[in-house]
Amino acid sequence: MQSQIFHYPAKDAVIKLHQTGDQTISNRLVDEADSLQGSRERSNALDSGHRACQGCGEALGARHAIDTALDATDGELVVVNATGCLEVFSTPYPQSAWRLPWVHSLFGNAAAVASGVAQAMKMQGKENVRVIAQGGDGGTTDIGMGCLSGMFERNEDVLYICYNNEAYMNTGVQRSSQTPGGARTATTMPVGEHPGNNFGTGKSVPKIAMAHNIPYVATANIANPRDLEAKVRKAMSIRGARYIEVFVPCPLGWGTASSDTIKVARLAMNCGLTPLYEAEYGQITQVTKLANVQPVNDYLKIQRRFAHMFQPGNEHQLQSIQAIADANVRAFDLLSSSNEGEE
Amino acid sequence: MLKQIDGSYAVGEAVALCRPQVISCYPITPQTHIVESLGKLVKARKIENCSFMNMESEFGAMSACIGASSAGSRTYTATSSQGMLFMLEAVYNASGMGLPIVMTVGNRAIGSPINIWNDHSDAMSARDTGWIQLFVENNQQSIDVHIQAFKLAEATGLPVMVNMDGFILTHAYVRVDIPTQEQVDQFLPPFAPLQKLDPKAPITMGALVGPEAFTEVRMMAHSRMERALKLIPEQAEEFANIFGRDAGGLVKKHYEGQADTVLVTMGSVIGTAKEVINARREIGESIGAVTLRTYRPFPTAAFREAVAGAKRVVVLDKSFVPGVGGTVYQDVFTALNGTGIEVQSVIAGLGGRPITRKSIQALFDGCDSRKGFEVLDLNTDTMARELAREDAVLGAREECL
Repeated sequence: MQSQIFHYPAKDAVIKLHQTGDQTISNRLVDEADSLQGSRERSNALDSGHRACQGCGEALGARHAIDTALDATDGELVVVNATGCLEVFSTPYPQSAWRLPWVHSLFGNAAAVASGVAQAMKMQGKENVRVIAQGGDGGTTDIGMGCLSGMFERNEDVLYICYNNEAYMNTGVQRSSQTPGGARTATTMPVGEHPGNNFGTGKSVPKIAMAHNIPYVATANIANPRDLEAKVRKAMSIRGARYIEVFVPCPLGWGTASSDTIKVARLAMNCGLTPLYEAEYGQITQVTKLANVQPVNDYLKIQRRFAHMFQPGNEHQLQSIQAIADANVRAFDLLSSSNEGEE
Repeated sequence: MLKQIDGSYAVGEAVALCRPQVISCYPITPQTHIVESLGKLVKARKIENCSFMNMESEFGAMSACIGASSAGSRTYTATSSQGMLFMLEAVYNASGMGLPIVMTVGNRAIGSPINIWNDHSDAMSARDTGWIQLFVENNQQSIDVHIQAFKLAEATGLPVMVNMDGFILTHAYVRVDIPTQEQVDQFLPPFAPLQKLDPKAPITMGALVGPEAFTEVRMMAHSRMERALKLIPEQAEEFANIFGRDAGGLVKKHYEGQADTVLVTMGSVIGTAKEVINARREIGESIGAVTLRTYRPFPTAAFREAVAGAKRVVVLDKSFVPGVGGTVYQDVFTALNGTGIEVQSVIAGLGGRPITRKSIQALFDGCDSRKGFEVLDLNTDTMARELAREDAVLGAREECL
């Protein structure tokens, strides 16, 4: 199928019911043209009954991504999963929530295992069988970074999807390289002179992926599932190494209400902290623009992991995060409207 | 066909004859020539439909094997020493998942201090991984045992590690007989995986297993090991029928008749040992040697049978555990428990120190006076000097405390 980027809000969205405004996420009342999730025929790659927490952003992201990939490949799909929440909550023996061939090996090797699967399928003459590797930010950007970089530079025919919730949630919310400055985790407690995680640390793995000159890199956000679906569909239309990083809030780790997962994800996007873009062969080809930029405080204040920032004396932390958002807005030209409605 | 080639290239030729579909590679001395030779064979299309993957680490190399084997392809890699340690997490994972990967280990010491030469430390570090561990004694066996290894792995659903002494075998140019493709095809059928990743019949592999089933999974792995104990001698016999050579099997008794004192060891050192033993048997000494060709699963019954009638066995370990002693010694001691046979422990050949005829002579000469483990060819002057120096420093520190 031809890849399409759906605009946000959808151009011709017809609001049929209270629940199906442009804010609607992935229920079956949405227009089928808007999201695969609106279809009663959707594949249910990650079936109900799994053990994710209420409001889990990762479960939502995985379901949208893998359903789309299954649809795009006519079911000819193998998924390799890194150790982490997604693996644990979906496959407690003797149950499995996956309605496709799925393999879990270790925490840090999903990219290498997926490389092996892809090469094996090729050698067996089954090039129609496509491979996705997936994991959290710990399994992908920290312990799995070596294997991931190897997969990229060899240009293996694998789409790697990282569900980024900015810490090691499965082990109880410890800092990862994706944990933002100032955030409280179990290993960056809000005590002492510099409460929370240190500023000036961390890395952008989409940019590292781009530096490998691979065919496709994209960032996505679970608050914009149509965009996520479109990016997965586009990724599956391409051969070679591809990387999509999906921003997925974790109610437990972030200290947000289960019902606020989409809200908090949307605020992150709208304040400029998680710019959405696509890149091909190392060059950015598309950036999702923002109609206006919200202050980061709106995003931070509904999360307990940032609660200490709102105490007197920590205002500089709020300013530091606002500065990061402002820098993103400038760097990705998020407010420019020159190509609005095109692409 | 007879060829004069180095041990690594011989292994490459043997693996190629087994029609692997995915080979992952990461260089580490002394196994590197093996994957180099295979890379060349794949590029020259001497191996059909085979992917040769240059990986980013040994951890990645074993992980790629896990992926390829899960997808139903015959899979091979090779490593040594630090490489084994770097991939160890994935080594455990491969056996737990029941993936019939074959890996050559060009046996080498483990640092620190860094040392590239031969001993069995790497193999011993992987003895509890749930892999079948085979040891070869010469380069002809390294060819023959690799061919058996694929068949054994695929018949048991367990990965197989073929251990060959680094440099001593991997770098030795020896005349070997390379079997024909027809012979190998007759012995080794195409890979028919027990389970695989297939969109037509989706399965979940590598699920989380809790206390309610984990013990049973481990016991299943043990039953596969027991199946291997039965299959290994059968396959060695089948191999001998087709190829006309003795290779593989559980244990090998290297003498006829009776021996009061039996040397027990693994790998290439038996070559030197046999020379000494044969000479001393000729002048009437009741000595002999038995090699463990299969170390995991430990062939207790076959081993007991092989050393039956001996009064004493001397285990020659080519690895050493500080604070403990020899590793194979412990296995042998356990296996002979209740037989009344005395078990002695000797350590030699660490980090490539040559085990000479003189070493083996000393091993037998010291049998009547040995207490605890003995380290052959130890430079006692150096030890005395360094211990005195260390005692002075650490003793002074103790006094301060």
